[in-house]
Amino acid sequence: MTESTISIDILRYRPENDEKPFTQTFEVPYSPDFSVLEALQYIKDHLDSTISFRWSCRMAICGSCGMMVNGVPKLGCKAFLRDYYPNKVSLEPLANFPIERDLVVVMDDFVNKLESIKPYIIPEKEKSLDEGTYQQTPLQMELYKQFSMCINCGLCYAACPQYALDDKFTGPAVLALIARYNRDSRDHGVAERMKIVNQEEGVWGCTFVGYCSVVCPKDVDPAAAIQLLKVESSKDYLIGMFKPD
Amino acid sequence: MSKRKPYKREVPTDWWLKHAFYTKYMIREGSSIFITLYSLILAWGVFRLSQGEAAFNAWMTALENPFAIILHLIALALACYHTVTWFSLAPKAIALWVKGKRLEDKVIIAGHYAALVVITLFCLIIVTL
Repeated sequence: MTESTISIDILRYRPENDEKPFTQTFEVPYSPDFSVLEALQYIKDHLDSTISFRWSCRMAICGSCGMMVNGVPKLGCKAFLRDYYPNKVSLEPLANFPIERDLVVVMDDFVNKLESIKPYIIPEKEKSLDEGTYQQTPLQMELYKQFSMCINCGLCYAACPQYALDDKFTGPAVLALIARYNRDSRDHGVAERMKIVNQEEGVWGCTFVGYCSVVCPKDVDPAAAIQLLKVESSKDYLIGMFKPD
Repeated sequence: MSKRKPYKREVPTDWWLKHAFYTKYMIREGSSIFITLYSLILAWGVFRLSQGEAAFNAWMTALENPFAIILHLIALALACYHTVTWFSLAPKAIALWVKGKRLEDKVIIAGHYAALVVITLFCLIIVTL
């Protein structure tokens, strides 16, 4: 029996050798339960050990293996060869980020933005440990839970044309994280984060393309988070007109 | 010495033609051009009305031009497209919680269509009375 194979095109870039990226094609044994990530591991183990890609958990929770699969941002571990076979699969590093090497991108901009929005609970007043925990009801948790499921994979940034055209835009995942903390009943940092939200580079840089929510592997729906923040930002503006600071 | 040399890919000017999702988005946003033209023509009609009956009739005659009819048909088609796509996105901007449960998307969308019907009927009544 001859083993069936599938062709995989990979956009390669080796900074020490290449001026610009080029495509290299690999033939990989086909199996319907093979994920794109497993195909990459096969290539690294058997065909070309120089190929670089990020991965860790293999189960869509670490958010490391984001890449463009036939032009669509996907997690390598959550995309399966059976959905493409017998056609070829083309793999490219996540769009809208600079390429570090092969399928590895530079995510510094995204990580810096994540850090900049105070992504932690800012309590009204600090309590000491012996005063107990900050409590909330299940309904209070339900209000932000969806936006807290983000795994920082960056697929939404690769899907966002606004971020592609101007990387000063705060972007989907970071704005969703702002919504996550602002909607948390234990948090009192809203005023500080609204300064970021209200900017042109904040929610108003979003033109509601909505593709971020389509590609999100955890159904966070960042587009919804941004539209809800636009409502908050508008309220903030109106209130500010009558009651400065 | 570091061999780092991050490569920045250019965004091609036809990026919105590469993927059907982006193309549909651009049509939705591009509809504003034709809707602006429609609004300007309508505003021009109001201006002509203020100049008297003859001027208004001349404006009405100008609208019978095939070019004007085609322009209005395109504007109508795009306005419908914008309405449908916009209404389908509306639940994302509305988080209404009733008795501990978020109002379902289809309820919000149906509410928008109901409002559209009511307002359209209201306008029709005003115009025809």
